[in-house]
Amino acid sequence: MQNEWLYVGLFLVVGAIIPAAAIIVSWIISPKKPNPIKQSTYECGMETVGENWVQFKAQYYIFALVFLVFDVETVFLFPWAVALGKLSLFAVIEGIIFILILIAGLVYTWRKGMLEWV
Amino acid sequence: MNFWNNPVQFISQWLTGVFAGWGMADWVASLLIQLIGVVVLASMMMVIDIFLVWVERKVVARFQDRLGPNRVGPFGLIQPFADIIKLLIKEDITPDGADRVVYNLAPIMSLMSVLLLWAIVPLAPVIFGVDLNVGALYIIAAGAIGTLSIIMAAWASNNKYALIGAFRQVAVLVSFEVPMIATLLIPTILARSMGMNDIVQAQDVWYILVVPLAAIIFMITAIAELGRTPFDLNEAESEIVAGFHIEYTGMKFGLFYAGELLHAFTFGGFWAILFLGGYRLFGLENLGPLVAAVILFAKALFGYWIIMWIKYTLLRIRIDHMLAFNWKFLTPLAFVLLMVVALMNAILPHNNMLVYVAGMLLSNILLGWIVIEILRVHSRRERERVEGKNQMIEVAHR
Repeated sequence: MQNEWLYVGLFLVVGAIIPAAAIIVSWIISPKKPNPIKQSTYECGMETVGENWVQFKAQYYIFALVFLVFDVETVFLFPWAVALGKLSLFAVIEGIIFILILIAGLVYTWRKGMLEWV
Repeated sequence: MNFWNNPVQFISQWLTGVFAGWGMADWVASLLIQLIGVVVLASMMMVIDIFLVWVERKVVARFQDRLGPNRVGPFGLIQPFADIIKLLIKEDITPDGADRVVYNLAPIMSLMSVLLLWAIVPLAPVIFGVDLNVGALYIIAAGAIGTLSIIMAAWASNNKYALIGAFRQVAVLVSFEVPMIATLLIPTILARSMGMNDIVQAQDVWYILVVPLAAIIFMITAIAELGRTPFDLNEAESEIVAGFHIEYTGMKFGLFYAGELLHAFTFGGFWAILFLGGYRLFGLENLGPLVAAVILFAKALFGYWIIMWIKYTLLRIRIDHMLAFNWKFLTPLAFVLLMVVALMNAILPHNNMLVYVAGMLLSNILLGWIVIEILRVHSRRERERVEGKNQMIEVAHR
């Protein structure tokens, strides 16, 4: 068990080293002739107006809230799905009722008109 | 134990012997062997990635009635290497005011997240990186790192277009992950395991024939997660030029590109593993692990080809349509499908394969038909509403 995650950890390290090596090689052999115009922010040739780290209106934050509910719920659903073969019909129906409650939440959000892009 | 039956174990035993001969401690030897395995698998994926550039360019050329790369080497096979050399010697421009650490880390993470996914891919019954018992959750977790790299890239490049692209990507991620998780639950239910190898082993009948709807939904959500057309709003050329990688040049851009291609190939592979029977093909996989690996790669290429086919056929859709499509159509459908599959799994007899598969398939087809009927009625009502309004306007004009 521990060995498996050690392998994933090694993969993480090696997976980071390979692209990093490509960047380093490119950094060594590529020409470096910076100038202010070249390094200015690209905006289709326009001068940038004001700050670049601007604040946007995140229209989808309600979606993100709904997503949060569904994402947490799947943590409960995965063990249920794995054990489904051994469960009785009663437990299966219980799981289905659980999903139905979640869908009721989605329907409520929908009826409230929150699933519209504003 | 011979090489053809179990190459990985054969080599690792041989290496253990060699390392023991050098007087190496046991744990160092096992760590080193694992490291060698990781390096071999990761570099193999990188080599495949290089050829994916060629595959992608060749296929898009055929879709657009062109020839594609055909000058450098036979069939243009050497073209990607020429591209890499070009990317390596390009000047690397870092925009003013960029957050340098995050800016340089983003392309690395982009490729790393994809390589991480290959840790759990079973290439053959005995060739796999690691057979995690939480494989399905691992796909979601490692796949999300790719989106994180996009957000990092956009935020660090100090560019408004890039930020807009990343915002859209987040919207896509938080939306399409829900039906993706729901469809990942379905093979889990059928195979009674989250491990990739178990799921492949359980597919005496390919799951695309058992739960075709789940396969379709998984494909759609995978494309959305990849950010490929029709869901490529994060890099819509006509509005925000290149989206999150607008300020990247040279090899860093190349890494994003390579990451995207390998990501698409990887999800083609996962699609094949979850729904097309992975390395299994009518008993051909028993010929040997290497044959099985070839079968898996062929199926992954098939999945990748479908992703390309959709990419080069469809148009980009508007973001509000995309979110509405997900939340008002895919998510309810995926969860209803999940409930149907769970219920049928409990009701249908497991000892009779034919009845089980037929029952599942019929319930899927029935559900698909009901969905299409609902859509038909809804769109007819919608059309009548719009036409009625138009007629009233016409009457008013007269």
